[in-house]
Amino acid sequence: MKELRLMKGNEALAEAAIRSGCDAYFGYPITPQSEVLEYLSKFANMRTGMVVLQAESEVASINMVYGAAGTGKRVMTSSSSPGISLMQEGISYIACAELPCLIVNVNRGGPGLGTIQPAQGDYFQAVKGGGHGDYRLIVLAPASVQEMSDFVPLAFDLAFKWRNPVMILSDGALGQMMEKVDLFEEQPRRTAVEPWATVGKPKDRERNIITSLFIEPQKMEEVNLKLQAKYREIEKTEVRYETVDCEDAEYLLTAYGLVARICHKAAQIGREQGIKIGVFRPKTLYPFPSAALNELSRRVKWILDVEMNAGQMVEDVRLAVEGNARVEFHGRMGGIVPTPEEILGKLKEKLSGGLS
Amino acid sequence: MAKVKGDIVIDIEKCKGCELCVEACPQETLGLSKKVNSRGYLYVVKIQDNCTGCVNCALVCPDAVLKVYRKTLGKENPVAVVSNVTQDLTLTVNK
Amino acid sequence: MNERTMLSEERHFENMIQAESICTAENLVYERPGTLLDVTMHYCPGCGHGVAHRLLMEVVDELGIQSQTIGIAPVGCSVFAYNYMNIDMQEAAHGRATAAATGIKRVLPEKYVFTYQGDGDLAAIGTGETIHTCNRGENILIVFINNGVYGMTGGQMAPTTLPGMKTTTSPYGRDVKVQGYPLKIADIVATLPGSFYVTRQAVHTPAYVRKAKKAMLKSFQYQKLGKGTCFIEIVSNCPSNWKMTPVESNRWVKEHMLPYYPLGDLKVPSEKETAQ
Repeated sequence: MKELRLMKGNEALAEAAIRSGCDAYFGYPITPQSEVLEYLSKFANMRTGMVVLQAESEVASINMVYGAAGTGKRVMTSSSSPGISLMQEGISYIACAELPCLIVNVNRGGPGLGTIQPAQGDYFQAVKGGGHGDYRLIVLAPASVQEMSDFVPLAFDLAFKWRNPVMILSDGALGQMMEKVDLFEEQPRRTAVEPWATVGKPKDRERNIITSLFIEPQKMEEVNLKLQAKYREIEKTEVRYETVDCEDAEYLLTAYGLVARICHKAAQIGREQGIKIGVFRPKTLYPFPSAALNELSRRVKWILDVEMNAGQMVEDVRLAVEGNARVEFHGRMGGIVPTPEEILGKLKEKLSGGLS
Repeated sequence: MAKVKGDIVIDIEKCKGCELCVEACPQETLGLSKKVNSRGYLYVVKIQDNCTGCVNCALVCPDAVLKVYRKTLGKENPVAVVSNVTQDLTLTVNK
Repeated sequence: MNERTMLSEERHFENMIQAESICTAENLVYERPGTLLDVTMHYCPGCGHGVAHRLLMEVVDELGIQSQTIGIAPVGCSVFAYNYMNIDMQEAAHGRATAAATGIKRVLPEKYVFTYQGDGDLAAIGTGETIHTCNRGENILIVFINNGVYGMTGGQMAPTTLPGMKTTTSPYGRDVKVQGYPLKIADIVATLPGSFYVTRQAVHTPAYVRKAKKAMLKSFQYQKLGKGTCFIEIVSNCPSNWKMTPVESNRWVKEHMLPYYPLGDLKVPSEKETAQ
């Protein structure tokens, strides 16, 4: 049943996994996302019979996901930045074998072992592929605990619709902070058997093979072309974004996830001071809402992109804007979250710096 | 003791001429051909008609190219075996 | 006359040597299992992989479990195993076959799941997955082909390469002081509480082929009973990379591999344990 609860982002995501009829979770503890595995270990199996297994590593986790996803089940894993790096080989295999699954990255500061504080340094890794070869994940970026929950069933639906891995790219703050969350009604676990799944070959069908090996170059190119065609379709149909106060905006803030919410506050304070600021937030980082942003960029004076990294999404913003407006960047790293005042200050600084 | 007669059928197109069956055959029935198959391999052939159908060749064959037959000679195979008959059978022969 | 028709006529002739052929269905005592697809395998002449593939499919046929069996092919020479086995199969990342098998078995516990892995895959890059899968007692069969060398990549040193054995990356022979010792991973697996049946077999003689098949048969039966991990090491050959003829390579298995990797059961369940 539907329910209103005060929850941590990680817990809301885990609860949403149970409610979306997830069949299996394979994961490995890492801060700041361990609550996902903890919550599922406590509740999932006894509630829905869902498989929850703590693997010996992230490498094993993602390959367990590969195996289970190959049977056509709803399967997921979660980790944080260093763990997601370890999973990249497996994700590449999953993308090539076209297996549906959900991968959650509760982004922390890097590079290296980095810090356990929130960051957005994994944007490139998430939206440009991440592992070897030409492939894409569908990447959803929640900005609230509510979206940590809502994006889970959406992710599973997209994963099965496109036979593609989907990533929820969150961060350490969204994972750890508590907010009220409207939990959706529990869905039953799926019983349908996918025609491509390896579940044992009956007499009346050819054997199913899950593989990413195509040793003949012609065949490998064919597979690549098929994947690329799929990605073009995804780019056409699955774009999701949010605009706040953009109708009359002279200045535009672009940001995703947690930072977008801070930008809302900065825009609000700015407007109180007479500066017309709007906020553009992609909900899907891949496919990136390029067309919508391009359209918007024709109507604003310039754009300030804000991220918790050294400037990653800003590249996609610039590509989308196509020179229609100047794009500036402000970023914090190492687990530091920018404040609304800081963002507004940066915007004013650029204003007084002669930009018009 | 009844004499055992064996025979083999070789899928020469799949044979790679590794000779493991030649080595495994206790009767020295097998040898390599003088010609090659379409893949360029010399293949296994029977060089003597003394096979006993012991199956050793097929067991060690990595390419599963051997079919083995065995028959016990001097003992005619019955046309039919009737066992556990629980009721009378009526047979009609069409002329 | 083209070559193809010449060959078929020759075959016909060879089959006609006997005046009265006994090659009829009622006399058939051995043929390739139906679940082994009727194609030529890519393996080199004399390679033990072919025998192991055939035995697995014979067992699947005899138990009538084709529709309930899911196999995992590794990275290595047997990466194409799914081209030869007419069952649903997955191809796993290098070393991760047992992790993928875990994923499958956990969501489909009533199916039969096996992995088929070489020494590089299972005992080098996949050591962690191997140990933990066996330690969890995943109810699967692991078939481990040990030929002491990386075959697919062209004969490099494997974790199981014997001391002094020459490979392309130990060109002067494996020096244990530099490159370490051959890993007896089956012995390690046997010490884990999760493993149920661990055995080391070979396929270089008819008698050992029969034994290896029996081990596979037993393992599937144990899996049906939900007993835990069954692990079959098959000490095998690699004529191409050992630079020997197939017959010489099998002799080398006997003379060099088997003294280091002695055949036999390493962990046998008691009768009580195998009860249904």
